Amino acid sequence: MPKEYFPRGTSLARASVCLLAAFFLSQSAVAANSLPGLGRVPDDAELATLTKHVFADGRGLPQGSGDSEQGEEIYASLCAACHGSEGQGGSAMELVGDRSLLGTEYPDRGIAVYWPYAPTLFEYIKRAMPPDKPYSLSDDELYSVIARLLELNNLIDSGQRVDAAVLSSLQMPNKDNFRSGYIETDRGR
Amino acid sequence: MKKSYARFTRRKFIQKGASGVAGVLAAGTLPGSAPAGSETPASWQVPGSGFSNYGQPRNARGSPIRWISADRSVAGAGVSWTPLHDLEGIITPNGLHFERHHNGVPDIDPDTWKLTIYGQVDKPLVFDLNALHRYPMTSKIAFIECGGNSNSLWHSNPSQAPAGYVHGLVSCSEWTGVPLSLLLEEAGLKPDALWLVADGLDAAGVTVSIPIKKVMDDTLVALYQNGEPVRPENGYPARLLVPGWEGIVNVKWLHSFQLSDRPLMSRFDTVSYTDLLKDGKAERFTFEMGIKSLITSPSPGQSLSEPGFHELRGLAWTGNGLVARVEVSADGGKTWNEATLQEPVLDKALTRFRAPWHWDGTKAILKSRAYDSLGQVQPEREVLLGNKGSNVYYHYNAIISWSVDSDGSIHHIYA
Repeated sequence: MPKEYFPRGTSLARASVCLLAAFFLSQSAVAANSLPGLGRVPDDAELATLTKHVFADGRGLPQGSGDSEQGEEIYASLCAACHGSEGQGGSAMELVGDRSLLGTEYPDRGIAVYWPYAPTLFEYIKRAMPPDKPYSLSDDELYSVIARLLELNNLIDSGQRVDAAVLSSLQMPNKDNFRSGYIETDRGR
Repeated sequence: MKKSYARFTRRKFIQKGASGVAGVLAAGTLPGSAPAGSETPASWQVPGSGFSNYGQPRNARGSPIRWISADRSVAGAGVSWTPLHDLEGIITPNGLHFERHHNGVPDIDPDTWKLTIYGQVDKPLVFDLNALHRYPMTSKIAFIECGGNSNSLWHSNPSQAPAGYVHGLVSCSEWTGVPLSLLLEEAGLKPDALWLVADGLDAAGVTVSIPIKKVMDDTLVALYQNGEPVRPENGYPARLLVPGWEGIVNVKWLHSFQLSDRPLMSRFDTVSYTDLLKDGKAERFTFEMGIKSLITSPSPGQSLSEPGFHELRGLAWTGNGLVARVEVSADGGKTWNEATLQEPVLDKALTRFRAPWHWDGTKAILKSRAYDSLGQVQPEREVLLGNKGSNVYYHYNAIISWSVDSDGSIHHIYA
């Protein structure tokens, strides 16, 4: 059943109220260019509830650590179904690839091939994976999965523990193959 | 008070309606009244259907629809295309605006929603939705195009899907909202606030880095889309409009803005939405969408009923300003004629072009070629692939060709 709405006609009384309002509005003429100032200043506790962005240099990475042994278990139960048991051949984006194929007609992607910074793996996996339950992995579990992924990509020694310091100092092999399409000098304001 | 008023009026209406029906039934028996003949439109002889609180298209079948292509295992990851081949004018109806989601459409409670600005600012600020709605607003008619629009054309076989289901990750709306520069002025930018890191409330953690110059120039926190609140699938209750820049930076379901001296280099800044070039190097931050056009009618899936007059109709757009000129060819690019640009021709909006064409019933190849106000021209496909290779995935903007066969059928070809 549709909702119905019947507007009332404007009465003489209402019209005069409008006229009065217009008169007073003109008396308190709005200051030119005044900012509304309706934002609330949050305290540090409120800001701390925001998810910390993890920058390319590792700023924002949390405490904690993990290893590939635990990571392998998590990967097998949560990731392998879509990404393949070894990071290849699944329905989702490949995580392991052959870097020598870059520049050919059929390049691979994958973490060592195309991901330029290791720390940003953390925020992405935390917020997006697994797709049916993002945010479900603890920080230690995230470090463990990343350890497994880096091991599959031959970027760390087998069994090496991974934490903020390891991710921040890891040089990803394809980093220098990226350039910016945005003109940096155009950046000022 | 209001309720009883409504009830009273409805009763009156029903009574009047009833006597009206009685009048129609009696009409045929009144002396001198002509019986309803077969040439009298049927709709003249019966009352039409009633009112609706929110109008719907005529019917579900036969009405233009978005075409959905989603991940088999993640239902909310994928796209739906705008049916450009079924639409006219330059404004996309809200229910047909293209969608690109990385993990579905979040359900957001407007009463608890808030937007936080923090980082390199003098004072961080939090806005709830009521506060945001009180800010001075402005409107911009602008297209949004996914960076991956038309990406099947990087491949060697031309897709035969209807034009919109190949090129329809572009839509155009009137977006209304608060200039982001105003909110940032209130927060006070520190000198090293050079990038805006924006994230959304979706379950994929979409987070992008946008240079502050563009943010301060013309970026909008959009609250309305073609006059009504932004649709859930387009970012309710608030999304970014970054005019002319690839879709991903037009973050939906806004959550926060962190001002920073550097880009985040998130997955969406670097691993996706970067252009892999033929030498194996990749370009990131290729924000601006290039000059582009296509003929939407006639187009694949449609056919010409007979030789004679047909209007060539299409769309052109560019991320760097105005469409200056569109040319069309019916002989595969040997000769070109200038199409008429339909007003309004707006900055960073879809522009409708038209050209009259007399089809002689023989094989023809239709093309359109757009120029923008900076003199950039839409490239031929072989030029684009020659420059960039075929693994770019994003930013495909080459000239598009349709073949018309003598039976009037239309196919997509590379020519």
